[in-house]
Amino acid sequence: MKLVVIGNGMVGHRLLEELSAAALPDLHITVLCEEPRPAYDRVQLSSFFSGKSAADLSLVAPGFFERSGITLRLNTRASAIDRARRQVTTANGDTLHYDKLVLATGSYPFVPPVPGSDRPDCFVYRTIEDLEALREAGRRARVGVVVGGGLLGLEAAKAVQDMGLVTHVVEFAPRLMAVQIDDGGGRLLRSKIEALGVTVHTQKNTVEIVDGDTARHKLRFADGTELETDLIVFSAGIRPRDELARACGLAVGPRGGIVIDNHCRTPDDDIYAIGECALWNGKIYGLVAPGYEMARVCAAHLAAGLAAERRATQPLPAFHGADMSTKLKLMGVEVASIGDALGTTPGAQVCLYSDERKQVYKKLVISADGKRLLGAVLVGDAGEYAALLQMMRSGSALPDRPELLILPASDGADKSALGVDAWPDTAPVCSCNNVAKGAVCAAVRAGATSIGAIKSATRAGTGCGGCVPLITQIMKAEMKKQGLSVNHHLCEHFAYSRQELYHLVRVGGIRDFATLLARHGKGLGCDVCKPVAASIFASCWNEFVLARDKAALQDTNDYFLANLQKDGTYSIVPRIAGGEITPEKLIKIGEVAKKYRLYTKITGGQRIDLFGARVDQLPLIWQELIDAGFESGHAYGKAVRTVKSCVGSTWCRYGVQDSVGMALKIEHRYKGLRAPHKLKLAVSGCARECAEAQSKDVGVIATEKGWNLYVCGNGGMKPRHAELLAGDLDEQTLIRYIDRFLMFYIRTADRLQRTSTWRDNLEGGLDYLKDVIVHDKLGIGAELEAEMAQVIGSYVCEWKKALEDPQTRKRFRSFVNGDGVDEHVVFVEERGQIRPATPAEKQARFKGIAVVNEPA
Amino acid sequence: MDGSNAPACWHDVCGLDDIWPDTGVCARIAGRQVAVFRLRDDRLFALDNYDPAADANVLSRGLVGNLGERLVVASPVYKHHYDLVTGACLDDPALAVRAYRVRLVDGRVQVAV
Repeated sequence: MKLVVIGNGMVGHRLLEELSAAALPDLHITVLCEEPRPAYDRVQLSSFFSGKSAADLSLVAPGFFERSGITLRLNTRASAIDRARRQVTTANGDTLHYDKLVLATGSYPFVPPVPGSDRPDCFVYRTIEDLEALREAGRRARVGVVVGGGLLGLEAAKAVQDMGLVTHVVEFAPRLMAVQIDDGGGRLLRSKIEALGVTVHTQKNTVEIVDGDTARHKLRFADGTELETDLIVFSAGIRPRDELARACGLAVGPRGGIVIDNHCRTPDDDIYAIGECALWNGKIYGLVAPGYEMARVCAAHLAAGLAAERRATQPLPAFHGADMSTKLKLMGVEVASIGDALGTTPGAQVCLYSDERKQVYKKLVISADGKRLLGAVLVGDAGEYAALLQMMRSGSALPDRPELLILPASDGADKSALGVDAWPDTAPVCSCNNVAKGAVCAAVRAGATSIGAIKSATRAGTGCGGCVPLITQIMKAEMKKQGLSVNHHLCEHFAYSRQELYHLVRVGGIRDFATLLARHGKGLGCDVCKPVAASIFASCWNEFVLARDKAALQDTNDYFLANLQKDGTYSIVPRIAGGEITPEKLIKIGEVAKKYRLYTKITGGQRIDLFGARVDQLPLIWQELIDAGFESGHAYGKAVRTVKSCVGSTWCRYGVQDSVGMALKIEHRYKGLRAPHKLKLAVSGCARECAEAQSKDVGVIATEKGWNLYVCGNGGMKPRHAELLAGDLDEQTLIRYIDRFLMFYIRTADRLQRTSTWRDNLEGGLDYLKDVIVHDKLGIGAELEAEMAQVIGSYVCEWKKALEDPQTRKRFRSFVNGDGVDEHVVFVEERGQIRPATPAEKQARFKGIAVVNEPA
Repeated sequence: MDGSNAPACWHDVCGLDDIWPDTGVCARIAGRQVAVFRLRDDRLFALDNYDPAADANVLSRGLVGNLGERLVVASPVYKHHYDLVTGACLDDPALAVRAYRVRLVDGRVQVAV
């Protein structure tokens, strides 16, 4: 069957994912996408202005189209549909035959038809191209106006403000977000947004846009007032893209939208419409969740058509509408609207809590009989959103005193009615992906006991991420029910999480394992808690890791200050800070490698790894390296490893700052710092980002004005782009933030948790991290800096120290009762260097057969 | 070839202080590699140094401790746990290493092989 899908937006792409997951044979899909790039996350579009790239926003899993055999044609607009011939014509004249056709054409931004709205530097806010154009214009502008004070308008206002422009919002209605929230909520939202420096104009009807006197444009309003601005963003609602459907005679609504039934089918059996272009029961849904639901329904219907014999066995899912409840964070202000937020149901009663000092507004809309929740508005704090939404959707009975649901939880007020335990399994928890509580619980029962596992098992929390705290709650509740311990106990010896243990060590001034075990643990310890304790001691006090009372805690890498390899030999990585090395030192490494016959390889962190050293060789090799001016590279430790850098402004034609110089400063500042897991850093000298800093735990990227600081990136197993923590920093502030960031991570992360997973599990996410590091909301900034200063001040090269201490040096021997080497370690030669022999090669050798090189 | 039927005899290995508390060392005894461990209470244990899960002579470099009632060493390669008393692998019942008798005589560690 030939399926043509017109449109590769969020909903169109979800359809492809659903179809691909169903793995239907004999289905050939062609996708026509008028945009130059495949599906991306329009919901997060504004993050484009806070450092995200177009690639970050992509919704397409790497290799998705290749793997699923779907033909994607970018920059290809469909221009006509011939229903009789079942053909789609594209703008460049191709015709494609279809058996089934899905219209996922989305919507376009509505621009009020006022004279002058087509002037230059007037924009809409829909595609990445729109944002790129806006950003370009923003560089030349001082003032920006957003026309439209709805949800998307306020998003656009944030973007305009992020560009550093004086920002105005112009709204026709008497309040902001007039559709979702009431007057009281609108008032609070307005005051909060104005406090952030955005000027709000309500009840303004723009009649004309003309040349300005002090700026590029002037908006004239019906009430005779005027507003000058350099650029304008129109965000006054959306209209369905239904022109193709109209032209081929499909039914459309009086105000647009392609008419569909409960299976997302148009009156033409072979044509479906999903997402914002579709009109269901007289309604257009401008949110992504209902669109995803339509994609699911449509995919199931298409699949059933392919496998007609299965049709009778299972009822097909159908679309039954969606409520427009929504929760979002606008310019840092939490806003939520649930169900009948405006209280238009006849007889509806209102229960209201408002605190202007605390800037919180909460309203419940209750049925006439007082038994059910119809809707709610939350501004300033939307913590109860998930619970109230569930209550409204399930129609469950309200508690006797519903006001307690929104009153601050003090004076013994009982909020237990909000607890997840009381929810039915059908309660939706992730609306982006339509996952119910029951699915999360089932995943827990099937063994998923971490948020990551829940996400991959159910998809819950992988959309906007807003439900992650809720899912965590549900997961923990279910784990408890299953008798699974929800504790984060490190191991059987310590009934504490790593974070708690860190605190106990720091506050109790504990410096050795025996004391820690005696005060807070039991038993002898194990291979889990010992290295954790050693790492915490090192992070807090930075004493020599091979001191007699510390050495026994170290994993073999730290015990021998080298990296254990599969055959029991070790590898050596001298520090090459910033990847900068003199020819003399380079030669020295070569000489040492040659002398001890080590395999050499350049690492990803711009260093050189020397493989194949025996324990007894390590001190000899290091003596030579240290004599030549090298120091330990800590490649063996859960510690700061490298600061990778590009060559920067010193040599590069494009560099704007000295990235190598900065990398050296940073590496020498933090070298050897031990942490819950390894730490990789990088510095790029310009936005071209040759050092790949955005894949590092800490990435620094030069700007014209200073340095941008990115955090919590990761390459490796689960790549994650780093996020912008703060921009255009001077050197001093940059270092201060890195100090705080690293110490905060060391304080709070779990054992073996990289910064990326730590960040994914951090409640409050990036905003919280910014609050702690940049705004110092917890008031611990100075403390973190002081703790870092202590570690930095007590740095010594561990290898130097180890070589100076005869007792330590004596431990580096292969056998306690004699010399000699491990006969089980066998090397063969390959490409001019050694490598460990394979078991077959070893056997051959022991039988006296000459080992031959394998052909390369 | 492995001499398991031959009567074991005691071999002098090293001084007690050559093994730091809660660590192990590797000794070469009668052609074998034996990992000898000293706990912090000076109890001594000896196992084959060879970790069958990793195909490498590394057990003497593992971390010692307890899992429940059992005293164990965790191999540094893939973290298999071996019972210090019996040599049984706790993670994979198909694997085991040999355990040797070990004693302290006049401050010297001796292993029976």
